[in-house]
Amino acid sequence: MFRAALRLSVSGARSLTRSRPQYTASVAARSYSHGKQETDEEFDARWVTYFNKPDIDAWELRKGMNTLIGYDLVPEPKILEAALRACRRLNDLASAIRILEAVKDKSGPHKEIYPYVLQELQPTLNELGIPTPEELGINKA
Amino acid sequence: MLATRVFRLVGNRTLSTSICLRGGHGVAKVEDYTLPAYFDRRESPLPDIKFVQQLSPEQKSLKEKEKGSWAALSKEEKIALYRISFKESFAEMDKGTGEWKSVVAGIFFFIGFTGLVVLWQRKYVYGDVPHTFDAEYKQKEVQRMLDMRINPVEGFSAKWDYENNAWKK
Repeated sequence: MFRAALRLSVSGARSLTRSRPQYTASVAARSYSHGKQETDEEFDARWVTYFNKPDIDAWELRKGMNTLIGYDLVPEPKILEAALRACRRLNDLASAIRILEAVKDKSGPHKEIYPYVLQELQPTLNELGIPTPEELGINKA
Repeated sequence: MLATRVFRLVGNRTLSTSICLRGGHGVAKVEDYTLPAYFDRRESPLPDIKFVQQLSPEQKSLKEKEKGSWAALSKEEKIALYRISFKESFAEMDKGTGEWKSVVAGIFFFIGFTGLVVLWQRKYVYGDVPHTFDAEYKQKEVQRMLDMRINPVEGFSAKWDYENNAWKK
């Protein structure tokens, strides 16, 4: 949590490599002294596949999200899109909103990440009818 | 009744835990702390259980409506669905408590109380100061020090004007 916040500036929004070079991380979530390092694309693809499982169940969604949030990175919009669609398959709107809140919280002091993610997810949000926490007013205590 | 409770935890998975009866003594009671609990945590956004376990009829019908298109839900219904699953939003769980104000107030209070205790002690506990603190004694002491030329170069006596019998201006 605090460790993640401190290191966020180094390996921060990992997969925003194309538009923001200063956040590029060359290491994946696990660091081996030898053996192949997983690339950012492989990491993203793995997680997208995880959430795209057609018969994903509620436990797997929760486990996946909690694990993903535990990593020292803000997930790519495509992973989040797959997670939101998984929420739709599970008929769980509350979790979808919670995921958006978690992304904003994960960005920490980097305030530009959340609007970018929302911008990328806008088509999916409109399609599925998922409101943002700001629209519901729950982003204020 | 214990069987249904265990079944609800395990959900739709196969009931792998069987309830054993040993020696006719019956089944161990399931303690509350062994069941999954609800936590609002930043690092674990989706807790193990929903916040509201017993749904009212309106909430049940709302859950049915959730199976349809989410765009058809009103803003209040979406908030209601959120509140069924979660107790506090991220903003609410992260906000400060203002506890520091109580702490600072307590600190000032006890410092003040200590001050009162010190004043009381001065009046009622401590005896008189030694006679060497009397003004008359002090005057004689200063005169003696000047007569002895204490620190005549840069210190005490250096500040006394011996010609005019006064302190130097």
